[in-house]
Amino acid sequence: MSYFSLALTLIFVLIPLLLSKTFQLGLERDTIIATVRSIIQLLLIGYVLQFVFDSESYLFIFLMVAIMIGAATQNARKKGAAIKGITWKIAITLIFIEILTQGILIGFGITPPTAQYIISISGMVIGNSMVLSILFLNRFTAEMENHQDQTELILSLGGTPKQAIHSQLIAAIKASMIPTIESQKTVGLVQLPGMMSGQIIAGADPIQAVQFQLLILFLLLTNAAVTSIMLGFLSYPTLFNDRMQLVRKSE
Amino acid sequence: MQKTYNPAIHFQQVDFHAGNTHILKRVTGSFPQGRITTLVGPSGAGKTTLLKLCNGLISPDAGEIFIKNKPIGSYDPVELRRQVGIALQSAPMVGGTVMENLHLPFQLQGKKLEEKEAASLLDDVGLNQGFLGRNVKDLSGGQRQKVSIARTLVNHPEILLLDEITSSLDRTSTKEIEELIVKINTKYGTTIIWITHNLQQALKVADYTWVMMEGEVIETGESDLLKDPVNEKVRKFVKGEEA
Ligand SMILES: Nc1ncnc2c1ncn2[C@@H]1O[C@H](COP(=O)(O)OP(=O)(O)O)[C@@H](O)[C@H]1O
Ligand SMILES: [Mg+2]
Repeated sequence: MSYFSLALTLIFVLIPLLLSKTFQLGLERDTIIATVRSIIQLLLIGYVLQFVFDSESYLFIFLMVAIMIGAATQNARKKGAAIKGITWKIAITLIFIEILTQGILIGFGITPPTAQYIISISGMVIGNSMVLSILFLNRFTAEMENHQDQTELILSLGGTPKQAIHSQLIAAIKASMIPTIESQKTVGLVQLPGMMSGQIIAGADPIQAVQFQLLILFLLLTNAAVTSIMLGFLSYPTLFNDRMQLVRKSE
Repeated sequence: MQKTYNPAIHFQQVDFHAGNTHILKRVTGSFPQGRITTLVGPSGAGKTTLLKLCNGLISPDAGEIFIKNKPIGSYDPVELRRQVGIALQSAPMVGGTVMENLHLPFQLQGKKLEEKEAASLLDDVGLNQGFLGRNVKDLSGGQRQKVSIARTLVNHPEILLLDEITSSLDRTSTKEIEELIVKINTKYGTTIIWITHNLQQALKVADYTWVMMEGEVIETGESDLLKDPVNEKVRKFVKGEEA
């Protein structure tokens, strides 16, 4: 694509701007900010990736992945503000899932250990885990609040914290995993996954693009299960103290 | 003269806060073993908070609570809560049937509650065994309270804490529950601490009564103290309740 045709794509920004103005949606400012930010961020990352790919240095790959994990943690932690030490719990979960995924992929020789593969797959895995963490934390916090009387009941009858929180924990884990599983049922029928579309447009053989996309989809299943369950079991103990009481907000 | 009994529970200068609110203020006093004591007082006085302290659901910010002469902190929380049972004010239920709720205390210990035993507990609180398979969503407020009482009895607690358990019951049911609690008290020697807003109930069932207001215990003694209170605040409270 030439820079001239890239500039023409701004038509797709002008349309929502005009609509926002006509219907007084008040979204002009946000649209412009979003556009400018995406141009700067993506161009920047483009140059950074080019540099890292050219250097072929594991130090830079490691730094890239660390930055991704840091940014994803920063983003997800706000949803779990009620849980003590949530920042570390999310970070540990993301690090674990990254090591697990790359360990299997590179260990079994499924993908080569090059910057292209490691960084693109890491981006998908970490981004997906971040969304799952947010879904999980949102649902878990809501379940906790809505069923606090049940938690208290089970504790009052001599149940352990794990027993007292079990049904809420399971509900939140399931709720955060379901979108991943559901979206895979219709994949290819309703929507072509972004990465596959990208590869096809870039000229790759569709069958090869499909194979690679399948790898990603299966990977995301593991990702969903491990992220939700791990974050769940790391989170719930901090809601209780050593006297098996629900920790009060003021403490 | 008041006879002296071993205290089942003793409060020593107990303080409790939630955020900046001072909920219990230097509460001191004993609940005699094998006796029924009622807690009365306006809502917001701190009665529920006091009961939750006895069951270890919360801990005091200052002072000490003794259960059978041992500091409450020396008990394993799980053991404590099985010995000191509580029927919570809101009668919370876990989703599912009445049977599942009655089974819950045993399920938590990996034991099984026989259906016969569950039916007999239901019978004690005045519900027939047809209720076992009912979904708790379909129960009335009064029926929930009855199931909640029965569920608390599953563990056969030595000390029984009751938080306004007859507030949604009609007269007949209230009378049945009062008789049941008195029967448990005399048959098993269970110590009972019973929050009620019904002063007639306090007079009828309780050996002793504590009157609480704004986080303080302002009067304790034999329940007859409610008949002709000396304390001016108690007199006002009793008058207000009668009106
Ligand atoms: N977790 C809490 N946070 C803040 N305030 C509370 C909390 N629990 C109870 N309170 C307050 O403490 C006071 C006493 O409550 P409670 O023990 O339920 O009284 P009672 O059972 O006598 O009606 C009330 O003013 C109540 O609003
Ligand atoms: Mg209360």
